Order: sequence, then structure tokens, then C-alpha cells
Amino acid sequence: MASIVAVIASTHHPFYYKASTATGEDRPPFADEWTRKILAFRETLTRANPDVLVMVGSDHFHQLWLDNMPQFLVGKAPFYDANWYNEEREFGLPRLLLKGQEDLSAHILRAGLDDGFDLAFSNELRIDHSITCPIITLRPEADLPIVPIYTNIFAPPLPQPKRFVQLGESIRKIVESWPSHLRVAIIGTGHLSLELGGPRQFGPHGPDPEFDRRAVEWIATGDLDNCLREVTLDSLHSPGNATHGFMDFMLMMGVAGAGAKADHVDTLDLFHTMEAYFTWYPNGAPA
Amino acid sequence: MSKYLLNKFLYTVDRDPELVERYRETPGELVSWWEAERANTVLNCITGEASTWLRFTDEERDALIAHDHVRLFELGAHPFLTLTLFIAMFERDNKEPLEYQKAFGARLAHFDMPYPDIAT
Repeated sequence: MASIVAVIASTHHPFYYKASTATGEDRPPFADEWTRKILAFRETLTRANPDVLVMVGSDHFHQLWLDNMPQFLVGKAPFYDANWYNEEREFGLPRLLLKGQEDLSAHILRAGLDDGFDLAFSNELRIDHSITCPIITLRPEADLPIVPIYTNIFAPPLPQPKRFVQLGESIRKIVESWPSHLRVAIIGTGHLSLELGGPRQFGPHGPDPEFDRRAVEWIATGDLDNCLREVTLDSLHSPGNATHGFMDFMLMMGVAGAGAKADHVDTLDLFHTMEAYFTWYPNGAPA
Repeated sequence: MSKYLLNKFLYTVDRDPELVERYRETPGELVSWWEAERANTVLNCITGEASTWLRFTDEERDALIAHDHVRLFELGAHPFLTLTLFIAMFERDNKEPLEYQKAFGARLAHFDMPYPDIAT
């Protein structure tokens, strides 16, 4: 059976690529600290020595659209083109080509359906920054095959928070049941408090630092009980109008397991968001 | 009101560099053309499969032509779509980092929670 060698959750700030590659007067004052934190975060994946990456993210109305909106979708393609014109335009993100792992995609689809999730699938998926940002931060060589899993955190009606947790728990079981000798890392990205297109956007910090503090604590300690008690679809409007992306962090808490303390926890208070990075080693930290 | 059609406009224009420029430079012409030629196109289908009934209200059409992102927010357009398209059109006019983005938020300061419903 496959082994899960790392579970990783992070934000997916699209400006990291531009900030970390900028030089001279164009380099923002926070770039060096951000880069140091990312290099330490990257090492947590490198040490786990994975063969395959299962990558959970949210499409930002790039490929998934309101004419036919899935709640949870698994990519099943031999390759994935990545990043879009409007991400290149706005964030300077590079175009990428990532290899798919179709056997694991097929296994997740079959076993996920059997486990009670009516997963959508796509044989032609161009992926966006929710999945390419962790490639850029954690595996810039972009050399490992991936299975992308997209969630809807954008287009109401959304699944309930507990459904994200349950899907995470299911993904973990499914990957562990994959008849393969390969080493799998499961990586997901979401948001803490965030406002986009509203009055609280682009402040000096995230729109709700108190929510961020509690959220980081829930994730770092695996405190699913308190997280599920306090987080509802309605309550997520308060910390910022794009905070429903926090449910992808909840999905990753489901993958890591209730009560699982993260082995690596780091944050960075940036303009308009709190960046947060977590790594769990389900089978113990690699030597 | 057609929040879906507002969103479809923002979505289809934002992903096409030529349409972004046309919307910035000649919004009245672009909105009229888009409503006549694109509104009823079923995405990913040939034109023979077009729908027949989608159209903006006068209020929606006026807000789009006026580049009135405050009114679009009030009408329930998806704020991510409005923001990303308007950044594409107007960030280039920034004199300071994030100047346009901050002004975009400041112009919405009179909105309290709950914000207008974005469900379509």
C-alpha cells in the first residue's frame, strides 16, 4: 500500500513568486523574511522524499464556472497546463506543465464515490495558483506527478465545513489504500481571514487578526472539535468575504487527523493576509 | 436582475486580453456588443446551441458601462470577479503600490455586514 509521508497545508499567496524573484528597488522589504520561511517550509517536503503529490486547492473561476459548477472535482489527465493569462498579468506567475498520476486519480475517484462523495472529474484541466503556488514554494523543480483536487469555496451554495473535514479524512484513507509502493505527500492550500473586492481588502494585515490567531491554533493542534464548533458557512463571512477558503484548511485538518499536532508551524504577517504554513509527518519525522 | 449574467460578463472579459482593453477604452461599445453577441452563448458550445433569454437590466447595463464597481458590489456581482477585472484595467494607473486596490476598497467603506448576497 502507498504511504503518506507528509501532509502539508498552507496559504497560496500569488505574490510570493514575484516578491521572491524581485531584485533591487523592486524587491519589497518583506521578501527576504518571506523567502527564509518558505525555504524552511520547503525543506519539510524535501525531507519526506515523496514520489507523488496529491494537491487540494480551489479554482478561482479560471476553469470551473457557474454554468456547471462542481463542489469537489478530481483531475484525471496525463498532464496539466498551469496558470492562466490573468494570473500571469496580475501576479507575474509563470506558465507550467505538470505531469499527472492517472492511476492514483482513478483510485481516488472510484474509492471516493464508494465512500459517499459524488466527485466530479476532469480529463482536461488547466490548473491555477491555488495548486501552482505550493509547487513554486515547496517543489519549484515541478518534477513530481500530481493529482489535483479542486473544491468549491467560491460559488454559493457551498458544502458545509464538516463536509470538507470528512473529505479530508476520506482522502487520507483512500490514499493509504492505494495499491502502490509510492510515497505520497498530500498538500492543500486555503486562506485565513481574507477580503477581496470588499471594503476591508488590502489593509496592512488580514482583515481579522483574531480569527487568524484562533485558526492557526486550531490547525497547529488539530483541534477539530473547537474549529467545527465555531466555524459555520454563515460565521465565515465575518472575518472577510473570501474567508470560506478556510474550509480547505479544515479539509487538510481532516487529512492530518483529529488531535494531530503539526510538526512544522510558521506564520508571516503580510499586507492583507496572514501567511501560514503547516506540515505533519503521519509516520514520524524523517531522519 | 441577472447576477449570473453580470458574473458571466466579468468572467469572459477578464480572461481575454483584447476584451479587457476594449472594456477599458470603450465600455459602452463593448457592453452593447457583448450583450448582443456573447450573453446568450452557451459556453463551450457552437452558436447554434445559444440560449435566447439572457439580458441585463437597465441598472446592470448602466453599472457596467460606468465602470461602477460600487454599484456592481451592491447588485451582488461576485466581488472576486469585479476586483480582478478592474485591477486589470486600472492598476496600471497606480502611482503608488496598491493605490488602486486600496481606493477600490475605500469606495466600498459604506457597506456593513452582511454584504449583498452573491449567490446566483
